[in-house]
Amino acid sequence: LITLTIDNISINVDDDTTVAAAILNLGISAFRKSVGGESRGPLCGMGICFECRVTIDGVPHQRSCNKFVTEGMKVVTGE
Amino acid sequence: MNYDVAIVGAGIVGAACAASLSASGLRVAVVESKGIASGATAAGMGHIVMMDDSEAQLALTCYSRKLWNELAGELPSEAEYDRCGTIWVAADADEMDEVRRKQSVYAEHGFRTEILDGTSMRALEPNLRDGLAGGLLVKDDSVVYQLCATKFLLDRSIRYGAKTMTGVAVAKVSDGGVTLENGDVISAGVIINAAGASAQLLNPQLKIVKRKGHLAITERYPNFVRHQLIELGYLKSAHGSNADSVAFNIQPRRTGQILLGSSRQFGSDDSRLDFSILQRMTARAFEYMPGLRNLSTVRVWTGFRPATPDNLPYIGKIPGFDNVYAACGHEGLGITTSLGTADLLSSAILGRRSAIPIEPYSPSRTITEH
Repeated sequence: LITLTIDNISINVDDDTTVAAAILNLGISAFRKSVGGESRGPLCGMGICFECRVTIDGVPHQRSCNKFVTEGMKVVTGE
Repeated sequence: MNYDVAIVGAGIVGAACAASLSASGLRVAVVESKGIASGATAAGMGHIVMMDDSEAQLALTCYSRKLWNELAGELPSEAEYDRCGTIWVAADADEMDEVRRKQSVYAEHGFRTEILDGTSMRALEPNLRDGLAGGLLVKDDSVVYQLCATKFLLDRSIRYGAKTMTGVAVAKVSDGGVTLENGDVISAGVIINAAGASAQLLNPQLKIVKRKGHLAITERYPNFVRHQLIELGYLKSAHGSNADSVAFNIQPRRTGQILLGSSRQFGSDDSRLDFSILQRMTARAFEYMPGLRNLSTVRVWTGFRPATPDNLPYIGKIPGFDNVYAACGHEGLGITTSLGTADLLSSAILGRRSAIPIEPYSPSRTITEH
């Protein structure tokens, strides 16, 4: 199991979990905000639509569907 | 149809002329071969900036800037008008001399500026690298989303009764009207050639060459950059020689996105990306703002500045005609100088006294190449 934090909540997930799946497992569907302030979440699940972007370890605009969780990763959603 | 004025080109200059002349009660038609703001207007940065390469350039840019700041309250929020100011960034002591020279010129004219040392500049722009000498903050320069501003100006002209025709190519301009490619004639008392880089195709006496540029836009990184930042070396790069050049020139957008330039290339009609100059351009930017390396770009594109041999636009009557005027050749300053251009040309057409002399921009001037 891998331990990571999503919005300061610590969770354990299997090591072959994508960041997007880990976020959805926490019940979060609003991954980010559009320019107009609307909530956005994953659509294509394969790195094309850019809707699932979150901040990972301080780096904004990371596509969470295309990235696997790593030990100690810090994810921030809703930005 | 018979009009008082037919304007060729619906870029920001044509749109500004349409707004100004229709507001004076003239019946205006705008004829555009492609789409609204489809040429240099769309490709550029939307920087409203005072420039002082020559007295005439300073007069036109600062008068236009004043008109923009007066118009600001009427622009819709989509136009993202932001009076963020420009910082001319000096890398070394030589460039600080240029900062002081610029400052004294602007102070003479009563414009608000502030000389920054390296520390105070970094306080304003923390993502600039350590060790830069300083800069000149030019207050009251602005950034605008030029596509929405162009639409605003055209919409205003339409409210005053102007007609805009897009997808209509003009084959010929002459005293009395414009001849379309399909052979139709639009009769008009006055014709304005505001066709940007294509203006020379209609009036070969206008010397305009295309100066290619590249721009990139990033994802949203709010507050990463707060002012329009331009390296002072830009002045050398922009006007120094005919060789290809790049300069650090970066702009904060209201959305939090960052617009990154700039490059200049002569002699290319090819709109495809040139990856070698793009790489030079980004490398130059990384020298000034190392943190840019970690940001993501969403789009890169090219455009063509309509450049004249002396870096001044053509505004006024075209030699050999009684009623055909030019409003073109604005190179990289068309957004800034669009409003001043329209005001000068309206005054000339309506026989009014203009706020600044129009003669330095006359298409019949003797041009000495820089």
